[in-house]
Amino acid sequence: MKILVCITNVPDTTAKIGVSADHKSISTNNAPYIIGPYDDYALARAVELRDQTSGKLTVLHVGGPEADPQIRKALAIGADDAIRINLTPEDSFVTAEQIAHVATENQYDLILMGRESLDFNSGVVHGLVGAMLNIPSYSPVMKLDIADSVVTFTREIDGGKEVLEATLPLVLGCQEPIAEWKIPNMRGIMTAKSKPFQVLEPIEASVMTKPLEFTLPKPKGDCKIIPLEEIDSLVKLLQTEAKVL
Amino acid sequence: MSVLAFLEIDNGTIKKSSQEIVSFAKKTADLLQQSVTAVLIGNINQEAAAEAGKFGAKKVVVVADSKLHEENATAFAHVLAQIAQAEESKLIILGKSGLADAIAARTAAKLKAAIVSGVIAIPEIGESFKVKRSIFTGKAFVTSEIFADTKILVVNKNSVEVTEDGETAEVVAIPVELEDQDFNFKLISKEKASGDISLTDADIIVSGGRGMKGPENWQSLLDLAAELGAATGCSKPVSDLDWRPHHEHIGQTGIKVAPNLYIACGISGAIQHLAGVNGSKNILVINKDPEAPFFKAADYGIVGDVFEVLPKLTEAIKKAK
Repeated sequence: MKILVCITNVPDTTAKIGVSADHKSISTNNAPYIIGPYDDYALARAVELRDQTSGKLTVLHVGGPEADPQIRKALAIGADDAIRINLTPEDSFVTAEQIAHVATENQYDLILMGRESLDFNSGVVHGLVGAMLNIPSYSPVMKLDIADSVVTFTREIDGGKEVLEATLPLVLGCQEPIAEWKIPNMRGIMTAKSKPFQVLEPIEASVMTKPLEFTLPKPKGDCKIIPLEEIDSLVKLLQTEAKVL
Repeated sequence: MSVLAFLEIDNGTIKKSSQEIVSFAKKTADLLQQSVTAVLIGNINQEAAAEAGKFGAKKVVVVADSKLHEENATAFAHVLAQIAQAEESKLIILGKSGLADAIAARTAAKLKAAIVSGVIAIPEIGESFKVKRSIFTGKAFVTSEIFADTKILVVNKNSVEVTEDGETAEVVAIPVELEDQDFNFKLISKEKASGDISLTDADIIVSGGRGMKGPENWQSLLDLAAELGAATGCSKPVSDLDWRPHHEHIGQTGIKVAPNLYIACGISGAIQHLAGVNGSKNILVINKDPEAPFFKAADYGIVGDVFEVLPKLTEAIKKAK
């Protein structure tokens, strides 16, 4: 089985996000960059499925060379080879187009990624890729098993979950607890250095949006602390000031 | 030409989030001098469909097919794309949810439309079409220009006030073509908390953290939620410990919520949790530690033991009704 895992390169979840003085870019205040946490779950499950099916696992990233350490890490975790499309994408559509192109060239059976990226949070790339390839897509998937090319998976729905059965090929957006994150071991780190890692130029992109201005939320006002014995006055504030009761 | 608003119905009425979406579509359509066509797929309820008029829809297109009953984004997207083409719509608006994102994405690929998810305000329409959306789980915003002919916006909850000054809408059932390949899956089982208020649709959420000390202590929190008609949520450690089901996990790697009031009980306020709730209009924090970081992000706070505060708060709310 040929598996593709798409990963993002994002600032750590604890990063303090700021904006540049001209509001043209985001600053992450030197936060370390990581493989997107959801993508990391997808990667972990993909490694297990690759081992189970004696398949091949390719990791793909659309972005600049700053992501190379994370791609190497994915190889150290267990991917067999890696592709980076050398393009900083404007939006989800552009990213999906590049992924769909790579997928068309290589005919993967299973394409996994995180349910959404931690930076732009759109959660639409798996759907876009699925539709571009004219194959089904599901998200967020929290359990995934494959036997004789029948795929059984659990996905979260509003207020619950459902178990579905489908056939390959599929695109799945993943989240915990699909697998435990894997930490690369020394052997993995050493072998990663000699695994194939291609940097490809992008196909022509359909750019339909352009970021103009980044801003930050207004800081919250001071929190009103109400003593427990005056709880009635809190209820009054919620009724008359916040107008939520 | 009209602006399409994607409707979702729950228990026979238009979901709160869909009311917002129709209102959002109406305000945007006014800027474009167009009308709003609401779209209801699968779950047929003609009476509720007509209600969309109240929120600003002129027409409701209903696609009813017994096959369209599961949350099948692939099929829904094919239907939505066909409706957009039939109505010559260049703007489609949906309310943020996992299902909506999937439908929006697949429709965008089909129509070669620009897609922007996480929109938090009515677009600015002048020489260009600009839209503001939340990024980094609400830690920042970006205003983007969209220059595609067809645009799809997925809008966050609480981005617009619901307006209710419209008339009853005309309901039109239309036939569409369904593709067999879109139904190439089997539903094995489904667990859905019935009767519970959905987290993404709730006006008030009561949420518990590790300060609740164990799943056996949740009753006082559930009592408050019941009194308020609120949905219940929890922090990541709580769902990791299996004290509460995973679909209640609110935070950066869980569900992002934006209720009118978020009540945090025994949650310290880690940055990853705050990222999931920072769209809330008002936050009330109950924590015994006055130094808990959550107080810095809150509007109201009570410093005290949750087990003492919760029953008293429930009682005070009951009394004030």
